[in-house]
Amino acid sequence: MALIHPPINTIPLDKLFCDWPAWIGEVNTNQLPEIILEVHENKGQLLTLWGSDERLRHSQFQLHLLFVFPKHCTLYLKCDLSENNPVYPDLSPYFPVANRLQRALFDLFGFTAISFEDRRPWLRHGAWPEDIFPLRHEVKIDYQFHQEPDDYPFIPVKGDGVHEIPVGPVHAGIIEPGHFRFQVVGERILRLEERLGYTHKGIAKHFQNISFDKGARLASRICGDSTVAYAWSYSMALENLHGIHPPPRAQWIRALLLERERIMNHLGDLGVLGNDAGFRFGLNQFSRLKELVLRRNSKLFGHRYLMDSITPGGVAIDLLPEDSNDLFEEIRMLRQEVKTLEHIYREHDGLQDRFLTTGAIDFNLATQLMLLGLVARASGVSNDWREDFPCFPYNQLNFKGHTKLSGDVAARVAIRFQEIEASLSLMETILSSLPRGSLRKNLPPASSTTIGLGCVEGWRGPITTILCNRDKKHLHWGQIHDPSWQNWPALEHAVMENIVPDFPLINKSFNLSYSSHDG
Amino acid sequence: MYNVLKKIIKTGFLTEKPPEANADWLIQSRLQESILKAFGHSLAIRHVDAGSCNGCELEIQALTNPFYNIEGLGIRFVASPRHADLLLVTGPVSCHMVVALKRTYEAMPHPKLVVATGDCACTGGIFGKTYATCGAVNQIIPVDVAVPGCPPTPYALLQGILTAIHKDKKTNKNAQPND
Repeated sequence: MALIHPPINTIPLDKLFCDWPAWIGEVNTNQLPEIILEVHENKGQLLTLWGSDERLRHSQFQLHLLFVFPKHCTLYLKCDLSENNPVYPDLSPYFPVANRLQRALFDLFGFTAISFEDRRPWLRHGAWPEDIFPLRHEVKIDYQFHQEPDDYPFIPVKGDGVHEIPVGPVHAGIIEPGHFRFQVVGERILRLEERLGYTHKGIAKHFQNISFDKGARLASRICGDSTVAYAWSYSMALENLHGIHPPPRAQWIRALLLERERIMNHLGDLGVLGNDAGFRFGLNQFSRLKELVLRRNSKLFGHRYLMDSITPGGVAIDLLPEDSNDLFEEIRMLRQEVKTLEHIYREHDGLQDRFLTTGAIDFNLATQLMLLGLVARASGVSNDWREDFPCFPYNQLNFKGHTKLSGDVAARVAIRFQEIEASLSLMETILSSLPRGSLRKNLPPASSTTIGLGCVEGWRGPITTILCNRDKKHLHWGQIHDPSWQNWPALEHAVMENIVPDFPLINKSFNLSYSSHDG
Repeated sequence: MYNVLKKIIKTGFLTEKPPEANADWLIQSRLQESILKAFGHSLAIRHVDAGSCNGCELEIQALTNPFYNIEGLGIRFVASPRHADLLLVTGPVSCHMVVALKRTYEAMPHPKLVVATGDCACTGGIFGKTYATCGAVNQIIPVDVAVPGCPPTPYALLQGILTAIHKDKKTNKNAQPND
């Protein structure tokens, strides 16, 4: 791919070893406001921001920012922050996702965004005191602070007939924990406020000084429904850090697994979406198909969700020639079954009545909120990483992403149907073009404090990993970012003016991750 | 409607034979036979995610698919702990979920059976005991059965649930409290 420079003139940039045009630069806090403005004016988006503790090496903290210029390139900036007063300019006026990221950064590192008004904690509920910052090196990973949970100041809504409905963290169904505070008039939702962080497991703390292999195991367990995407994203970052590419066969198999993961999740979601609209038949049929895919995974690859199939340097599993026939047979079966069910969904008046116009996010709002992944595509934003920044083998597959314009539950259902068909076609091409060869390459010795960047379009959206190593075997820090960070605030917008009983349906059509967001 | 009925008839009956109870997973055996009989063929389960990665949840959801058809065994998932005989807990118990987990447990009527589900819930798994996680479900509430696996298969989950209610009397007689 041709090297495209980001449209930034303020600072000199270096190129990173990466699968797409990626640039790195060092800035100081005084330069930041100008650069943020420049990125914003040139249609750049903040992908994620995080911190690191460099006091043992340079007696300073560091702020890290990752921007993406859609279909163009990514820009990674690091910025030293003073040891005694780690402050940086507020990014939230330009990038909506910065609000929660900045609050989380304060909870974990104690870095403060200047003139940022929302000082409420985000990931800290009281498991550690306000003046302790668990990602700083002086806090050992096994410290236990016995704290009672804090009260969280939800923003109140007043007026005649307004009342509140608190939901969670333990939900009625078999799903992850989070709290939703609804302010309603009758059945109509005036406002929803989310409170997340219940599943915070200290993943970033684990990544500090973890060995590369253990890191891969951990990355596979950040989000159980996206374990392939996470393992690939982590492995890609680690391989880029070492300046190598895994063998072609391994990369083709990775793509096969990633598409299987997408199909598996979309099948599951389509079933539950039918069920949440009162159509139990849909759940029975789609959960049957999903189970068949899972059983095939278990038979061919030894794990129903393909955990630990992708390892740094390659893959831990292989595909025998006779297995390909099995998979071709499965593709034929799924294509036909899904087509029948899609027809039934489309023709079902009751179902369409619940899906159409429900929980809509229009194109302008999706652009303004800089949404990612499936949710953005359902609102007309074309942003599939497999098309925009195709790594090998996607650059051989000529993949084109799908979009819908209406941005409602129906659009998110339709996108899932389209993506299942697209993934089945991709699997066919992959199976026909699978080259022979080795499955794994050893990682060569790496020089210390190198940066590695990886990104894979998981079924929810792009899973981004940035790693920095301490020595030849261990990480210094690791940051894995889930598109749920960008998309959770959109759910608050989508439910406005809808009725409370439609919330489960809208929420499911987003199906965002709690675990990977909470970290 | 015609297409729906046609599909239902064509799909047929898929439910498979359930597994037997597994005495190895039994941590405490504290129920009287007479109480066990009271469950008969009906058991209500409440699930709590205490910091899981969502892997275990996928497998618990799979229990309701036509192959495992858990409702066909008289076991159903309920929305309130007040209606639950058994609590199915996943995750290494994130510190932020401790209060919610305790309150859910307290809200349950006796006998308050608890099945810890998956490696994280059994031992803390890869997350262990840290500033953010408590390490295992039995650090917070008493556990009857611990089902290992990352995540445990639906078959193993079913076995764990059936072990908790001592479905198999033979296994029950030989069971030893085993921590």
